[in-house]
Amino acid sequence: MTEEIIISGFGGQGVLSMGKILAYAGIMEGKQVSWMPAYGPEQRGGTANVTVIVSDEVVSSPIVSRYDTAIVLNQPSLEKFESQVKPGGTIIYDGHSIIQPPTRTDISIYRIDAMEEAARTGNSKVFNMLVLGGLLKVRSIASVDDVVKGLRKALPERHHKLIPMNEAAIRRGMEIIEKMN
Amino acid sequence: MYNGQKDIVLLKGNEAIAKAAIRYGYDGFFGYPITPQSEVLETLAADKPWETTGMVVLQAESEVASINMLYGAGCTGKLAFTSSSSPGIALMQEGLSYMAACEIPGVIVSVGRGGPGLGTIQPGQADYNQSVYGGGNGDYNLIVLAPNSVQEMCDCMGRAKELTFKWRMPVIVLSDGVIGQMMEKVELPPFIPRRTEEEIGQQCPWGTNGIGLKKRAYNFHSSLEFDPAVMEDRNRKMSAKYRQIEVEEVDYELYNVDESTEYMIVAYGISSRVSMKAIDMLREEGVKIGMLRPKTLWPFPEKVINQLSKQLKGILCVEQCEGQMIKDVRLAAEGQTKVYHTGRSGGIISSPMEVYEDFKQLTQATAN
Repeated sequence: MTEEIIISGFGGQGVLSMGKILAYAGIMEGKQVSWMPAYGPEQRGGTANVTVIVSDEVVSSPIVSRYDTAIVLNQPSLEKFESQVKPGGTIIYDGHSIIQPPTRTDISIYRIDAMEEAARTGNSKVFNMLVLGGLLKVRSIASVDDVVKGLRKALPERHHKLIPMNEAAIRRGMEIIEKMN
Repeated sequence: MYNGQKDIVLLKGNEAIAKAAIRYGYDGFFGYPITPQSEVLETLAADKPWETTGMVVLQAESEVASINMLYGAGCTGKLAFTSSSSPGIALMQEGLSYMAACEIPGVIVSVGRGGPGLGTIQPGQADYNQSVYGGGNGDYNLIVLAPNSVQEMCDCMGRAKELTFKWRMPVIVLSDGVIGQMMEKVELPPFIPRRTEEEIGQQCPWGTNGIGLKKRAYNFHSSLEFDPAVMEDRNRKMSAKYRQIEVEEVDYELYNVDESTEYMIVAYGISSRVSMKAIDMLREEGVKIGMLRPKTLWPFPEKVINQLSKQLKGILCVEQCEGQMIKDVRLAAEGQTKVYHTGRSGGIISSPMEVYEDFKQLTQATAN
């Protein structure tokens, strides 16, 4: 199993940390992982994306141009990455952030209203964990238990009290993701 | 501090450099921030090794100051390192030449970006010539290590420590913005205590000790020599050392290379990772292709390339620049097989698909 994932959105949406937690979850499952961010003079409100690869084998290239799964959290990201998903692959998009949904018919398309859910519960900070929950529901990359173990590794100890809230968001994300085609 | 347990963590290449240096018992770091290697200094500042191992961490006022601090620390037999990226390493060339001339140990981590000039802050491999052939003056070489994973970034700090004292010369760890910025699983080494003053005195009897420790001999290091005959003698002794290093320290890795291999990629750092995937794609189609990855760029694995060239239909040199290492590959191949270049530059990295397609185009052109 090798899953090549691109997570892309605005800076500040938690794109990079979501990738990091996913990578840690992969390690907890005994898998090989790589996490490669687009780095540069980016800031809150700018673009941010990260390539995460989780594999049973040694990860060869941390840079790829075609993905098994694309998680797109704003319109420019969808426009950039829709064509780069492999046939048979998956796109997950946030219903509020994407105005023009993906149109390809040879891939699985999922919508998750994570932005709305985060706003409804009054906690915008769990947005990325809702999306991560959606991903875990539709792609068998790691178990929720391993993601929680990953959270423990990824978060400094002073933030461990926030883990139950994040776990709840992941489980909620699994419930609210829906298939669009 | 060492609890005998393996420490497996997810780290950026730059973070691994910093944590490895603390654990391998480095005495000091002098550096100046520059993208894409700023996490080296950031991690050292966060981990505060001066409170645990006693390692000194100092942000210098410039790269020129950093390399001269490294020179000074090395003169005393202490183990120090600096890190920078392409234009910062360019500023250090004079200091490197002086260190090489005085046979002073020190480790330089170079996390490459797209050049020339200030260039871009995106990853690149255009500093092969800078590292292997040097921008400093005079007859000198530097040992150049080329890690291609976060684990190797970590391991190179141990290897560089060993080599810099064994041969008394600066060692460059030549990486790139991808290996520096990406995160991978890494097993950190156990903590090795820093050497005591007595141990340094025994290991480095040539060290300058200041006025405090009278037991050691008076030592003086200078690259200045007015008598050409003495200077030539120094150069010849250094050359003899360099020839010995070429015999003893060549390191490389073969990927899918055996007696049936018809084509070979030569690549280091991020290019070797990208090429592995391209090779996997080509081998699925039955192409007999493998890779030689130099782990030392100087000394260069020229003998094995020369030997393999006899059986090859072609070599593809993949590097993220307009073609620098390719000259050494051609020299090593001695015309026994054709050598081609592919790669992007200016801060863009080839995708595996681009390497795959370039290889196909090349072999078709050769067949016609």
